[in-house]
Amino acid sequence: MTDLTLAPNLDAPDDTYADLLAAHDGLTEAQSAALNARLILILANHIGDRRVILQAIKAAKSVA
Amino acid sequence: MTRIAQTPLYPYARSPDQDATQPPRHPVVIIGAGPVGLAAAIDLGQQGVPVVLLDDNDRPSDGSRAICFSKRTLEIADRLGLGDRLVDMGVRWNIGKVFVGDRQIYTFDLLPEAGHSRPAFINLQQYHLEHALVDRLRALQDAGAQVDLRGGNRLTRIDGHPDHTALSIDTPDGPYRIEADWLIACDGAGSACRDMLGLGFTGQTFEDNFLIADVTMRTEIPTERWFWFDPPFNPGQSALLHKQPDGIWRIDLHLGRDIDREAEMRPENVMPRITAMLGPDVAFSLEWVSIYRFQCRRMSRFRHGRVIFAGDAAHQVSPFGARGANSGLQDADNLCWKLRMVLAGDAPETLLDSYDTERVQAADENILHSTRATEFITPKSAISRTFRDAVLDLGARHAFARQMVNSGRLSQPCIHDGSPLHTPDALTGPARSHPGAVCPDAPLGDGYLLDHLGHGFTLLALGSDAPRLEGVDLLEMSDALTPELRARFLGDAAHALYLIRPDQHVAARWPRADAATVRQAISRATGHTS
Repeated sequence: MTDLTLAPNLDAPDDTYADLLAAHDGLTEAQSAALNARLILILANHIGDRRVILQAIKAAKSVA
Repeated sequence: MTRIAQTPLYPYARSPDQDATQPPRHPVVIIGAGPVGLAAAIDLGQQGVPVVLLDDNDRPSDGSRAICFSKRTLEIADRLGLGDRLVDMGVRWNIGKVFVGDRQIYTFDLLPEAGHSRPAFINLQQYHLEHALVDRLRALQDAGAQVDLRGGNRLTRIDGHPDHTALSIDTPDGPYRIEADWLIACDGAGSACRDMLGLGFTGQTFEDNFLIADVTMRTEIPTERWFWFDPPFNPGQSALLHKQPDGIWRIDLHLGRDIDREAEMRPENVMPRITAMLGPDVAFSLEWVSIYRFQCRRMSRFRHGRVIFAGDAAHQVSPFGARGANSGLQDADNLCWKLRMVLAGDAPETLLDSYDTERVQAADENILHSTRATEFITPKSAISRTFRDAVLDLGARHAFARQMVNSGRLSQPCIHDGSPLHTPDALTGPARSHPGAVCPDAPLGDGYLLDHLGHGFTLLALGSDAPRLEGVDLLEMSDALTPELRARFLGDAAHALYLIRPDQHVAARWPRADAATVRQAISRATGHTS
């Protein structure tokens, strides 16, 4: 299995960033949190490999 | 209402031990005549080990309590001689449904495969199980087994010694003393044995309260397990509906954290909750009500010298997944053959340490599953609830999210990977029957494979020649291997030889093996060598 990619991989980074923000337009904080949770679950399923998802969790946590 | 729990099944009767001048010594004393203690007494008794079983009560517990008994428990009950009775009395089910609000999002079939003697689960009130166990014990007594069930006998003191345990017992006739080579503590979550020995019981306590009710009603609802998240009749909480024999249904309603327990138990408060669930047109009567909170915890070790803990006395789980009573019966299944061999001098005392290793592994697995289910059903934090709700929302549309919906992962026998008793797998065969797993059942002749396994070690030969060994049962199948046997034991292999433990777990397997190789594996499986 391949490892988590942290090298640039988006074909349209600015557009994707804008898409993520646009998805939250007009949502309350609770609705935004729910949307994020659904999005994470959908992306996690797309990745599938638990090891890669754990690498992503670690990468996300290591910024804090 | 008249129920079995109101009838003394083992009333106090004076024992000759109470008139002895010196405390009599018994090979095995079991504390607690619940399902686990009764099963252990039957298992040992039918294998010729004299047993004294003590209980401070004289009858089964009130209320249905544990109701879901797994396929593995029924297979164990078959070996104990009461499987048919349980299945005849119980309600069979394989299907579970999960609802969010009033919408069904998920169905599961726990036994999608044919070719097993027993169903995935039966529902049966714990008092019926206990009654069946007591009847089986009485039948063994009638046949001459030395199984002495003493009701109205309350343990008051344990004094541990290197080679025995001294017990002080109180009765309606006053106190007396006995000694036990081995003591099995099956006295439940509030184990007096554990307290008397000052042993810890640590884990996680959950704050949420659940109302549990047995109701009698007539309904067209099929025999399935129905679980609701956020149902219209109990908004923001959960609910469970499950059928039992005798027209009784189990209802489990999540009430939340800060409640007035006494007020919630009153019929005038319980009835409207149930009416809201069943609808105004369903007539029902209330049989039993209780409110519980639960804990997931275990002792750090289950064997303490000459005292061995089993069932809820050793470990406790939340009810989601039916992992309490089922795992307790598997404790007894694991322990009794080992204890019988140690008592007979056929195995070293250290074999009992493998009980600790294997059943601690099982308890950890059960605690993990039941803790996860509990977190999903009653999220502890805002973010936990956010993810839980996200899974439920996605589950209505997408199959992948339904995999994560957790209303309880139902009891499966533990696969004892890493057990010191097992010989490394030498067969390129199906994963499901590798050493450590329970031997899968399969049709055989007019019956089933597991019916052919006895109380000792069995060599199961499939298309392979097998060495004859004294004291080892041999089950040979040379031709006419059914598709089920092939799929469950051979896979791509042409032939195989399986060594099966007395508790039906696979100890070793090979394409074929000579007598010395099998002896080596038995030596390992009985704690003689590592």
